[in-house]
Amino acid sequence: MDAATLFGLAAAALVGLGTYGVIVNPQPLRKILAFNVVGSGVFVLFGAIARRGAVLGYDRDPVPQALLITGIVVAFAATALAVNLLLRLHEEAGSATLASDEPSSGKAAAERDER
Amino acid sequence: MIEVLNAGVALLVVGLALWTVVVRDTFAAAIGFVAYGLLLTLVWVQLRGIDVALTEAAIGGGLTGFLLIRAAARLRHTEAAARTERPRAALRLAAALVSCLLSAAIALAVLALPDPAPSLAPQVAASIAATGVGNPITAVLLAFRATDTLLEAIVLLFALIGVWSLAPDRAWGGRPGPRYSADPDGMFAYLARVLPPIGIVVGAYIFWIGADLPGGKFQGATLLAAMWLLTVMAGLADAPPVSRRWLRVALVAGPVVFIAIGALGVATAGAFLAYPEAVAKSLIIVIELALLPSLAVTLALLVAGAPQREEG
Repeated sequence: MDAATLFGLAAAALVGLGTYGVIVNPQPLRKILAFNVVGSGVFVLFGAIARRGAVLGYDRDPVPQALLITGIVVAFAATALAVNLLLRLHEEAGSATLASDEPSSGKAAAERDER
Repeated sequence: MIEVLNAGVALLVVGLALWTVVVRDTFAAAIGFVAYGLLLTLVWVQLRGIDVALTEAAIGGGLTGFLLIRAAARLRHTEAAARTERPRAALRLAAALVSCLLSAAIALAVLALPDPAPSLAPQVAASIAATGVGNPITAVLLAFRATDTLLEAIVLLFALIGVWSLAPDRAWGGRPGPRYSADPDGMFAYLARVLPPIGIVVGAYIFWIGADLPGGKFQGATLLAAMWLLTVMAGLADAPPVSRRWLRVALVAGPVVFIAIGALGVATAGAFLAYPEAVAKSLIIVIELALLPSLAVTLALLVAGAPQREEG
């Protein structure tokens, strides 16, 4: 099996694993982590496709690879925003959960805001 | 032999992804993610993507890993409460089923990819001489698909505005993160003094060599950002208040130069972001030089996070 097919199949496994993690992990930080696993799986898949596009002295198709670099940087920007949103939620609410708030804890946070 | 190594790397990568998803402790998961990111660089090398490998190591493993580890450490005391929210077995089973189906569908698609594969490499080969750069990735990023790179730089700025807007009222426009302090005679402070000169030289080298060999502004900027973060975390320097004018100028200078040169293309070469052939390489270098400091500051501030302390 050539490297492109092997890592393409690995990428399929990564996307599946990440999707499972996004669904079942209750903690938001774990969801962000799992979402990054899905993202890297998609990147590797695209990289495998780029490797197969090797022609004319190029050992890979450079266009998808350049888009991958853009993709990795944008994924980082989105992760940074998500992590900071989560830290702010934790600072405001004292917990880091996506479970629906009881009304009392929401009010407590609102009171803290006013102060 | 190389097939065996490849299979080993693929197994390790999938194994580490599994660890990241199922391990109980979030901190352990974040550490696993960094190892996973570093192993992915080997995958990129095997897929002949040295530029992507550098980006993955610097940004995917490095900066993202740092963000996640720090967040995991800060949220550690919420772990116990979160474990009680574990979903029911039926939901976990359904999720496993959906994920397996998704993986199977992608795997089938991988096995059924067309042969010969479609490729844009011939177009790159035909036009790369006009750009004057030797690294086809750089040619794509800054000439053939320069719009993507411009929008990406702007996405980074928007993400930073989003992060800053999370600041509490009292810290609006203030300094991001806590004021770090480390033992001034300790190992960490020592490293924070010794490493930056080396890191800055390596970062500048990776940036400059990107015109003809793997490397470029993103990887170089990440190294510069990492060196700055190192000195901040060792308590040798403090993060500047985000309302400082020089900081704002540094952030937008790169994209502004990029847009200006793009607009110039309308007059001189007939399209936005088109370069007159005689000066194509010079213009690309000007854009890269302008983007490097902007990207370094943007990446560092994205990691530093929302302002937390009042200015002063």
